[in-house]
Amino acid sequence: MVYSFPEEVLEYVFAFLSSDKDRNAVSLVCKSWYEIERWCRRRVFIGNCYAVSPQIMIRRFPEVRAVKIKGKPHFADFNLVPERWGAYVYPWISAMARSYPWLEEIKLKRMVVTDESLELISKSFKNFKVLSLSSCEGFTTDGLSSIAANCRNLRELDLRESEVEDLSGHWLSHFPDNFTSLVSLNMSCLGSEVSFSALERLISRCPNLKTLWLNRAVPVEKLASLLRRAPQLVEFGTGACSTEIRTDIFSNLVEAFSGCKHLKSLSGFWDVVPAYLPAMYSVCSRITKLNLSYATVQSPDLVELISQCSNLKCLWVLDYIEDAGLKALSSYCKDLQELRVFPSDPYSAEPNVSLTEQGLVTVSAGCPKLQSVLYFCRQMSNAALIAIARNRPNLIRFRLCIIEPQAPDYLTLEPLDTGFGAIVEHCKELRRLSLSGLLTDRVFEYIGTHAKKLEMLSLAFAGDSDLGLHHVLSGCESLRKLEIRDCPFGDRALLANAAKLETMRSLWMSSCSVSYGACKLLGQKMPNLNVEVIDERGPPDSRPESISVEKLYVYRTVAGPRADKPDFVWTMDEDGALRFS
Amino acid sequence: MTMISEEHKKEKLGFEETELRLGLPGGGGIFNEDLVKNTNANGKRWYTETVDLKLNFALKETEKGENLQKEKSLISCSNDSVKPPPKAQVVGWPPVRSFRKNIMAVQKSSSEEGGGGAATFVKVSTDGAPYLRKVDLNMYKSYQDLYCALGKLFTMGKCDSQGMMDFMNESTLMDLLNGSDFVPTYEDKDGDWMLVGDVPWKMFVGSCKRLRIMKGTEAIGLAPRAMEKCKNRS
Repeated sequence: MVYSFPEEVLEYVFAFLSSDKDRNAVSLVCKSWYEIERWCRRRVFIGNCYAVSPQIMIRRFPEVRAVKIKGKPHFADFNLVPERWGAYVYPWISAMARSYPWLEEIKLKRMVVTDESLELISKSFKNFKVLSLSSCEGFTTDGLSSIAANCRNLRELDLRESEVEDLSGHWLSHFPDNFTSLVSLNMSCLGSEVSFSALERLISRCPNLKTLWLNRAVPVEKLASLLRRAPQLVEFGTGACSTEIRTDIFSNLVEAFSGCKHLKSLSGFWDVVPAYLPAMYSVCSRITKLNLSYATVQSPDLVELISQCSNLKCLWVLDYIEDAGLKALSSYCKDLQELRVFPSDPYSAEPNVSLTEQGLVTVSAGCPKLQSVLYFCRQMSNAALIAIARNRPNLIRFRLCIIEPQAPDYLTLEPLDTGFGAIVEHCKELRRLSLSGLLTDRVFEYIGTHAKKLEMLSLAFAGDSDLGLHHVLSGCESLRKLEIRDCPFGDRALLANAAKLETMRSLWMSSCSVSYGACKLLGQKMPNLNVEVIDERGPPDSRPESISVEKLYVYRTVAGPRADKPDFVWTMDEDGALRFS
Repeated sequence: MTMISEEHKKEKLGFEETELRLGLPGGGGIFNEDLVKNTNANGKRWYTETVDLKLNFALKETEKGENLQKEKSLISCSNDSVKPPPKAQVVGWPPVRSFRKNIMAVQKSSSEEGGGGAATFVKVSTDGAPYLRKVDLNMYKSYQDLYCALGKLFTMGKCDSQGMMDFMNESTLMDLLNGSDFVPTYEDKDGDWMLVGDVPWKMFVGSCKRLRIMKGTEAIGLAPRAMEKCKNRS
C-alpha cells in the first residue's frame, strides 16, 4: 500500500521552504514531488543569465512571482569586460511579460537594462512591487518615468551603483498623486536634481517608507524637512553636506534627527563638512550600519562619530580613518561584523594617510564578531596576517587589496604565502577570499589544502606556474566562482581540471597564458560549458594556436552557446569550429 | 605516466597539451612536484610584460635604463629593479569601482579650507629643473603666501617672491613676458593651462590640479585665455 499526502498538503508543506537548495533537493525525491514543487516555486535566482534561457525557466516554473538575475562577471566592475559584451535583460523581460503576468519582483545585477525594458516592465505586470537594479546600465531617467507613472503598487525602487543616463530629475514627478505604496527608494546614483516639492509630497503620502537614499543633489539644508515627514525611516542616505555650516541649518538637522527613533542605517555624506556630523549624535546609539565611504573627513572627526555608535555592526569608511581611528573603532564597537576600508587616493604611489596593516590587526583583535573584511592598504606583513587569522577564525569574507601589485612582506621582503596560508588554515568557514601582494604557488597549495568552504576566489598578479591553478581547482571543493587576472596560469591546469569547471558557476581568466588551442580543446571536450574567448585583436584563428587569448570566460550552461555575442567574443564549440554571433 | 617525463624533456607549452588526458576533479595525478615551471612565468616579469602591452611601451627602452618621464603616468624602470613600475596605470587596478573614483576625484579638486578637506597636494614643475616638487595649497591663504613658498622651493635668481608678486599686476606681467622671466601657470579641473592669479584664491585652490613655472616666452599665449575663462566663470 502506498500512502501519500494529497498534492495540496505537499504544496502547503513546500511553501515553507524558502531556500533554493531545499527546493532543489525536494524536486529530486520523485517525479510527483518534482511536479508539485515546480508549480509552487515562486522565487527563482539565476546566478548567470547565460546559464539558462528564459524559455527553460518559464517551462519549468510557470508560476513565478520574483526573479533575481545576474549578468556580467564580477571583474566588469573594474572595466575588464569590454563594452557591448552582453547581459541584456530585454529577452528575459519580454518572455516573462508573456508568461508571468503576476510577476511582482525583478532584481538584476550587472545587466544591461534599456528604457524599452523598463517600459515593458511597467506595462506588463499589474501587481509589480519591487525593482532593484544593482550595478546595471543602459537606461535613462526616461525609463524611470515609465516605472514611476505606471507601477501603481510599487514598493521598492533601488538603483544602487547603476550607471544611469541622467536626462533630468523630472522622472520623480511621474509618481501619481494617489501613489502611496512606496517602502524603499534608492536614487543615490543619480546626478540630476529632482523637484524638491515633488519629493516632499511623495514622502509625505507614503507612510510605509522605510528606506530613503537621496542623491548628491539634495543639499543638507533640505534634509530636515524630509526627515520630519518621515520619522519612521529605518535607512537614510543624505545628499551632499557641503553647505557652509549655519546655526539654523544645524539646529534644524539636530531636531529632525532626534525625531527619527527607528533609524538604523546611515549613508551619503558627500563632501560633508565635519561640523554637521554631531547633528546625528542622537541616533548613533541605534545605528547598526554606517556608510562613510564618500566622506572625506579626517580621523578625529570620524572617531567622534563612531565612538557614539556602540551597536555598530557594519562600517564602510575611507582610509582617512587611519590606524588610530581603527583602534578607536575596535574599542567602541564590539558588535562589529563587517568592515570595509576604501582608498582615498588609490593612484598615488606614496601613502597619503597613516593607515597600515596595524589598523586591521587591531580591529581583528578587538572585535570578536568580525566576519567580513574588505581592506585597501599599502603595506602588509605575514606576521600581521597570521595575527589576524589567529584573532579571527570566524572570518567568512576576507578581501585584501595591497595597492602595489606584487608587494612583498614589507618587513621581511618575502612573499605573503604564509600569511594568507594562515588565513585559510584558521578561518575554516571562509567563503570568499581576494589575494594581493607577492604570492608564489605555495599560497595556492595552502588554499587547496585548507579552504574547503571557499566559494569565491579572486586573484591578481599572483603565482608562478600552472601548479598554482591546479592546487586551487583540485583542492577547493566548494569553489563556485574563480576570477583571475595577470597570473602565469596556462593550459595544463585548465585542461587537467576541466571537469571541475562543470561544478562551478564560472571561471574568468584575463591576461594569463591560456592558449587558443587549449580553449578549443576545452570547448570540444566539455559540451556543458560555454568556453568563450574574448579578444579584441580580431579572430583567434588569425593567430597561431599557441598564442594566449586576451580573456577567457568559462561557465556551465544548459542554454547552449550565446546567440547575442558581440564581434569580439567567440564560443569554442563541440565540433571545433568557431561560431560567430 | 611516461607522457609526463616526455613533456619534461620538451619543456614547453604547445601542442603536446592536446595529448593530455582530461583529469577528474580532485584527482589527476598528472601533476607532481617535478613539474617544470613555465619559463616565461616569473611573476614579476610577467607583470611588467602585461603593463608593457597595455601602455605600448617597448620593454627594451626601459631596460636601457632611460627614464621616460610622462606627465600623466610615470614609469621608472631599471634593470635591477625588483619591483614593477610603481606608478603605471594598469587597467582595473587597484580594483576600485568607477563611481568611487569619480567621487574622490571631484572631492579632491574641490576641497575647501572649511576645516574638513584633505591636504591639497599639487605637483610643481619648473622648466629647467630636473625634479618636481609638491606643495599643499591648503597651507597658504593667498597668492602672496604661495609665491613666497615657491620662491623658497626654486631658486631662480630674479624670480624671488617679490618678482612673482608683480605678476598680479597685468601690465607688469606683459612686460615680464616679453622678457625671459618665469611665469607661474596651473592646470585646472578642465585640463586647461591657466595663468596663476586671475581668480579668487579659494577658487584657485579648488580648481588647481598642478603648477608649472614656465619660461616667460612660452607663457605669452596664456594671458588672453585666462581673461576669457574668468568671464565665463562669473
